[in-house]
Amino acid sequence: MPKSKSAYSIPTKKQKSDTYIFVVWVDNEAGVLARVVGLFSGRGYNIESLAVAEVDAVKNISRITIVTTGTPQVIDQIRLQLTKLVPVHKVAEFKREDKDVIFKEMALFKVVGKRNKIEKCLNACKKFNPVILDETKSSAVIQITALRREIDVMNKKLKPLGLISTSRTGAVAMTRGAKIFN
Amino acid sequence: MPKLLTGAEIVFKCLEDQKVEHIFGYPGGAVLPIYDELKNHPSIKHILVRHEQGAGHAAEGYARSSGKPGVVLVTSGPGATNVVTALTDAYMDSVPLVCISGQVPTHLIGTDAFQECDTTGITRPCTKHNWLVKDVNELSKVIHEAFRVATTGRPGPVLIDIPKDIQFAKTKYKKPNKEKKLNGKSHNKFSQDQIDELVKLLSKSKKPIIYSGGGVINSGPKASQALRELVELTGFPITSTLQGLGAYPGDDNQFLGMLGMHGTYEANNAMHDCDLLINIGARFDDRITGKIDEFSPNSKKVHIDIDPSSINKIIKVDLAIVGDVTSVISKINKTIAKRKNGHSKSNKSNIAKWWEQIEKWREKDSLNFVNSDESIKPQHAVQRLYELTKNKDTYVTTEVGQHQMWAAQHYKFNKPNRWMTSGGLGTMGYGLPAAVGVQIAHPEKLVIDIAGEASVLMTMQEMSTAVQYNLPIKIFILNNQYMGMVRQWQELLHEKNYSESYSEALPDFMKMAEAYGCKGIKAENPADLDDKIQEMIDYDGPVIFDCHVDPNENCFPMIPSGKPHNQMILGPKDQEENKIKGKGKALV
Repeated sequence: MPKSKSAYSIPTKKQKSDTYIFVVWVDNEAGVLARVVGLFSGRGYNIESLAVAEVDAVKNISRITIVTTGTPQVIDQIRLQLTKLVPVHKVAEFKREDKDVIFKEMALFKVVGKRNKIEKCLNACKKFNPVILDETKSSAVIQITALRREIDVMNKKLKPLGLISTSRTGAVAMTRGAKIFN
Repeated sequence: MPKLLTGAEIVFKCLEDQKVEHIFGYPGGAVLPIYDELKNHPSIKHILVRHEQGAGHAAEGYARSSGKPGVVLVTSGPGATNVVTALTDAYMDSVPLVCISGQVPTHLIGTDAFQECDTTGITRPCTKHNWLVKDVNELSKVIHEAFRVATTGRPGPVLIDIPKDIQFAKTKYKKPNKEKKLNGKSHNKFSQDQIDELVKLLSKSKKPIIYSGGGVINSGPKASQALRELVELTGFPITSTLQGLGAYPGDDNQFLGMLGMHGTYEANNAMHDCDLLINIGARFDDRITGKIDEFSPNSKKVHIDIDPSSINKIIKVDLAIVGDVTSVISKINKTIAKRKNGHSKSNKSNIAKWWEQIEKWREKDSLNFVNSDESIKPQHAVQRLYELTKNKDTYVTTEVGQHQMWAAQHYKFNKPNRWMTSGGLGTMGYGLPAAVGVQIAHPEKLVIDIAGEASVLMTMQEMSTAVQYNLPIKIFILNNQYMGMVRQWQELLHEKNYSESYSEALPDFMKMAEAYGCKGIKAENPADLDDKIQEMIDYDGPVIFDCHVDPNENCFPMIPSGKPHNQMILGPKDQEENKIKGKGKALV
């Protein structure tokens, strides 16, 4: 065992980390995103992606979706620490593998090239509801919705076909069926 | 139509409705409208400090000794940044503070105006919540909400940033809202089932220990009362964290002394060997647990805390009860009493063996030190101070370092709210301004800051505040010319390389006392110590007491870093014995 030369103990064995999705309902007020994000950076938690927008204009509520990784203990802490923030109303979290939850990201691809290349791109995207948002003789902007990994794959695949710019959102989540997050 | 009030008037209306009597502050450009309004509110007394950090610590001392929130008023920019240390300190130790800061006028925010800083941005991680008020109509609501956030649940500091134009703008005043908007954050979530389960564990246990913390103090005097009843009912041994001292009488036989890095041998060994550990209002701080993997390996663990995020943060527990300590312990006591009526069999006989073991550990007398006729031993100085002040309902604050640990080990507290020390953040310079705040809250009581010469120099300027308000605080400096705790770690871990831990050019504290206009007393000789301490106690006014102590003394016992509770380094007597057996080195 290495001898600790400090007033603090040395780190002990790490548990396995998993990917979780947090959904946080907050008052839509100045600084609220900074509070949530600051909590993550300040306590050394990790943010893979983040999506935030107002969902209820009357009650002034925004919904933040955060993808993060951590050990079960860290995930517990994230939930409890988030719940303590004053503008936070409700926190839900679930594993990425959770079958009861739909979880999607959107990407915009700008492809520049000949018609046949663009067609090839569209074809490759077929599985992910491609929508052409803009089209010229030599370019197209294609929108797809998919999982993070799938978008990663498409991003690679379209490069040789003329993909010159990608813009993507963070993940958003929704439960299946009539249930809502508790 | 109701009268329109300015923002500055609203600030004071709110403070009056919140029954604030004292505010600690320092004026400046961006808060001048509020300071201008001060003269119209005779029920609120302003204490002018010499540095905003001092205002924050004074408010902390005020809050911790009185149970009421401390209020701080500072200007924008440097005023706000200077108070950050105190806010962080209050956040770590769960002290309710309401800090009001001035800000540049709203139209100048973001322009790098004179004395502008992003105050809410800077203080976001060190407050429970903060607000930048950009609309005067929001002001009264925000201030009342601020007091609610600071004082409910696990207490903590909050900050309200008020731009100068808002202080001038006029609106109607709104009284505090009676109904409580909890926002899903209710605090007493425990059930009778959980209490029953705990009582079952209590009755089955053969080697129990209660480990209580600052949460008991924060829950109010009733919590300490309930804790005493619980300890009496069960006959269990009890140990306390640094912040919890005073919740249970320090001179009682069931009290094992403080636990943790500089805790007693019996407390730490009992924590390690117990079969039931009941944490009441403490947070398994790393100074307490030592090595996590080997922390109390064979015990069922129960955690009672008002903050759900404290549960399982560091140590996984078997039973968690989220609630206010007073309500939880009272429920436990009632449940035990009811059961006892059913069948009077107490489990006190179950734990007789455990007590025998504890008595064996006690025989080590782990707080021992080798006294001297030639130089004053710091432990001896604290013991004498205790003996000469114990009948006076004394309030003690400390700075941070060896003297703080010696004070915690050798000064025995019998009541809650008598002990104010910076535990979580470990802020050198805390004790002197905190003593100012304590004395403001308790003008008739004896208030002593047990200090180190290095720490006290960090906020020495507040002596001027003490003199201005004729606060008879006693600054009892254990002067060893070193940053003692730094020196101790360097001795034990860095091959005695005393890098920068010696203060070459200390001021003459006697002359310093004279310069501030207070009394100076110097003690260098053990024979004079008692008389000098008595002279300090009898003097009606602030005193700087320069107590020259042995510079090489170390604070024992201690748990070396990365070691579990049962591998402590003991004091000099024990080390001597071990050296004879050739085991001396293995302990370090």
